[in-house]
Amino acid sequence: MLEVADLSLHYGRHVALNRVSLKVGKGETVVILGANGAGKSSLLKSIAGITRPDGGTTISFETRAIVGRPAHEVVEAGIALVPEGRGVFGDLTVEENLALGAYAKRARNHAKESRDFVYDLFPKLKERRAQYVNTMSGGEQQMVAIGRALMSKPDLLMLDEPSLGLAPVVVGELFKSLGRIRERGLALLIVEQNVKMSLSIADRGYLAEAGRISGDNTAEALLGDAAVQRAFLGATH
Amino acid sequence: MIRLLSPAIFLAVVAALAYVPFVADSYGVTLGIGMLGYVTLATAWALFSGPTRYVSLATVAFFGIGAYTVAVFSETIPYPLLLVTAGAIGLGVAVVVGFSTLRLAGVYFVIFTFGLAELIRQLVTWYEVNMAGTLGRYIFLPVTPEGIYWQLLALATITFLISWWIGRSRIGLALKVIGDDEVVAAHCGIDIARVKLALFAISSVIITLVGAIQAPRWTYVEPVIAFNPTISFLTLIMALLGGANRLMGPILGAVPLFLLFEWLSANFPNHYSIILGLVFIAIVFVLPRGVLAFAEENWKRWRRTTPENLPAVAE
Repeated sequence: MLEVADLSLHYGRHVALNRVSLKVGKGETVVILGANGAGKSSLLKSIAGITRPDGGTTISFETRAIVGRPAHEVVEAGIALVPEGRGVFGDLTVEENLALGAYAKRARNHAKESRDFVYDLFPKLKERRAQYVNTMSGGEQQMVAIGRALMSKPDLLMLDEPSLGLAPVVVGELFKSLGRIRERGLALLIVEQNVKMSLSIADRGYLAEAGRISGDNTAEALLGDAAVQRAFLGATH
Repeated sequence: MIRLLSPAIFLAVVAALAYVPFVADSYGVTLGIGMLGYVTLATAWALFSGPTRYVSLATVAFFGIGAYTVAVFSETIPYPLLLVTAGAIGLGVAVVVGFSTLRLAGVYFVIFTFGLAELIRQLVTWYEVNMAGTLGRYIFLPVTPEGIYWQLLALATITFLISWWIGRSRIGLALKVIGDDEVVAAHCGIDIARVKLALFAISSVIITLVGAIQAPRWTYVEPVIAFNPTISFLTLIMALLGGANRLMGPILGAVPLFLLFEWLSANFPNHYSIILGLVFIAIVFVLPRGVLAFAEENWKRWRRTTPENLPAVAE
């Protein structure tokens, strides 16, 4: 479904990504693990069309080349991103944030059913649909951000550090919700530092290190991998 | 306030304003023309600059283009078509300028738009001196002050309706968030460049038309008159005073400020610019987000003192 090959990206002389390749299959949940500065966010931004990767990069989605396309076209193609730091509009209500999420042409005619799905997933948002988002807690704002992304009716949902800054109990709920999104048949590509949680819902995982992919395996194998244990599990959260 | 403004009240207000020339003397009509002109300018300015937060000082560039188009073609093109021509030229310039500048952010955009107005003024001056062999132009059009008043009223009404419609539409919501966070807006699937360009074009065409409709009032036009930067500053400060993000904001700012400036220029002609500057500074300091937002915030703060309305604490 999503195929990334030889993705390179540099900011000035700093190489952020060095020939990264990865795949996400239909309905598959893939997690990218790596320390800060490993280039995980740059990777998602490149796929989403926010940053422009170097020449030689190929990114295709459903066999269509999307590399170098502007962000709004990537959304139309069926990829939604929940950026790091939420990406909600604090001065708008929950309902307005969700309405904006359905801005893409592919989503407009399905806004009602998408909203029902989001409210079903996060009943709290339904209760608080008229509330301004900047008056909500971090966990609730993350729900709004995910809901907003789901409103664009994506086939692939990308999340950048969704658990960052959330209380442990909220993180548990968050991953339960992600599990339910997954059951709906959506593919998920998650960048996370919370290794245990993310691997528990994932099919496969990639290890990112200093701008490269240094390894990949099934989620199960990664959870049992001693090297992964040492590198990440000791330092979770 | 917006919700209370039912269509009936709106129609009644427009009808009452349309009736004014029948009862007012010629000074009253002149005052009305000035007021409607600035209400339209401020509303049109806020249409684009309010939500996107792109502060434009190009108002007078388009205003002047409108006035000058009328001055140049007043003898060759029949009147209603003259307005269409002016609007078309304004649209053309807006699209070219929009394409090249809307990627600029913050203060660079402000400076560019200010420079643009000066550039167009210099170009017109150069053309008039070197090509047309004249500097000023006379406009003799059989348009009465009442006619100008009604045309401006119609334009103001249309501008208000456009502003109202955009505020409620999907594009209005999109515009709001572009000002908040362009990157996240792009994640929503919004084609930011196109939305901004469309709004800039609509706003600029309206501003051009204000200049074109008012031009016959002057009889004699020179680049210095038509491209007077004070028009840009006044429009900006009126929209800011009322609140550029509210439908009624620009109107609430334009009416009192226009009257104030009218009174100042009549009574303190020599100190007018100084007082204008002081008013400018005072508004930016005291009410940076406008009167309406100020009132609304205080209302909210007062309501939030009940416990269930207290904002939740973020982790």
